[in-house]
Amino acid sequence: MNKIISNILFTVFLIFFQAMFLNHVNFLNFINPYLYIFFIIYFPLKTNRSIFILIAFFTGLIIDFFSDTHGMHAAACLSIAYFRTYFLKIFFGMAYKHQVVKFKHLEFKQNFFYLITMIFTHHVILFSLEVFSLNHLNIIFKKTICSLIFSFILIIIFFEFFIKKSK
Amino acid sequence: MQRIIYFLNRNKELILFLSLFLFCFYLNISYNQYNNSKLINSSNSFFSFFFETKRNISKYFDLEYQNKILVDENSKLKEKLFNNNFERIDSLNQKKYDVKSASVIKNSFNKQFNFLTINVGYSEKIKIDNGVISSDGVIGIVDKVTEKYSRVISILNKKFLLNAKHKKTNFFGIISWNGKDPQKVQLKDIPKRAEIAIGDSIVTGGNSLIFPKGILVGTVESYKLDFSENYIEIEVLLSTDLRNLDSVYIINSNNFDEIISLYE
Repeated sequence: MNKIISNILFTVFLIFFQAMFLNHVNFLNFINPYLYIFFIIYFPLKTNRSIFILIAFFTGLIIDFFSDTHGMHAAACLSIAYFRTYFLKIFFGMAYKHQVVKFKHLEFKQNFFYLITMIFTHHVILFSLEVFSLNHLNIIFKKTICSLIFSFILIIIFFEFFIKKSK
Repeated sequence: MQRIIYFLNRNKELILFLSLFLFCFYLNISYNQYNNSKLINSSNSFFSFFFETKRNISKYFDLEYQNKILVDENSKLKEKLFNNNFERIDSLNQKKYDVKSASVIKNSFNKQFNFLTINVGYSEKIKIDNGVISSDGVIGIVDKVTEKYSRVISILNKKFLLNAKHKKTNFFGIISWNGKDPQKVQLKDIPKRAEIAIGDSIVTGGNSLIFPKGILVGTVESYKLDFSENYIEIEVLLSTDLRNLDSVYIINSNNFDEIISLYE
């Protein structure tokens, strides 16, 4: 029970941190890290999948309200929440099927590829919906790659501090 | 029947995902196509409250710089006053424009469709389609008003169009933004015969009902013929730095409703 409350508080903190500070970093005029997807990536594995998808959707919607984007964050969060099961199957295989995967025991290498795939999917959907034009594929690509690097660094730092530490 | 229920039950996640995704997609398209985003925006009092609180904390760190801007502007206005270089205000005539001041509590410039939120609303008689400028130049147009806050379409928004002219030759064109660089906008439809030099001023044209004539937008950075080879397309370097904004002015044109009624 305590764990659930602390997780909820942590999520609220992530959303506010994203809306108030990270959305206004604007490094080199266009690079913003997206840390809030941390909680979708490392959401407890045993949750009912439909509920998880709904939670991700509403989180994205709150971020949308804060940053005046029209359903882009909601769509991107929704997608990674839905595809997470498949990514987990790809990267953890048998261990995931037998439900013995624990995020705090992850090795860096496994974690690395899982994380990159999740962030990449999120950013591609987010920026495709934002730019919304096939004539500007280079903008989508540039924004995705640059933001990916910064999001990845922040998320891996948070992972080491909050999930590895809580052993 | 049972099979259908079984099918639905087995694919309930997929159905949930697709329906929610289509809903998001609809929100996105409805904004892109019809410019209506009344549903999702941050200018309602709940979300603006957080940005206002943040500004109240962070404004102290920026005071010196903002003071300097205000003093600079004051000195410019004094200079104009001493040179007697503007229209006298006649008490018989009605004022053409009202000017109010406001602070920006939320700003963005890294997206394709950027908005600002300012901390005045209809309780201070702000209306939709009021113009917003800073001490350096044009910023945007008010797009949505609540009691205490308003949302402004930034000049860095692909939906934003503005009538502007080349100051020296008085040729009119339309300003829009291509979504790439937050310091540059594009001025299109200037006739080929206009003589344009790099560094020339671009100002708002009198055709706009929203902005008074002659407010600075930016300077010419480069120009080229467009694809039809009959018009010039100019890259305009904005005079305002939209990445760093605090005090802005809101211009209300008193004749706006009257002129609009002519066209109806």
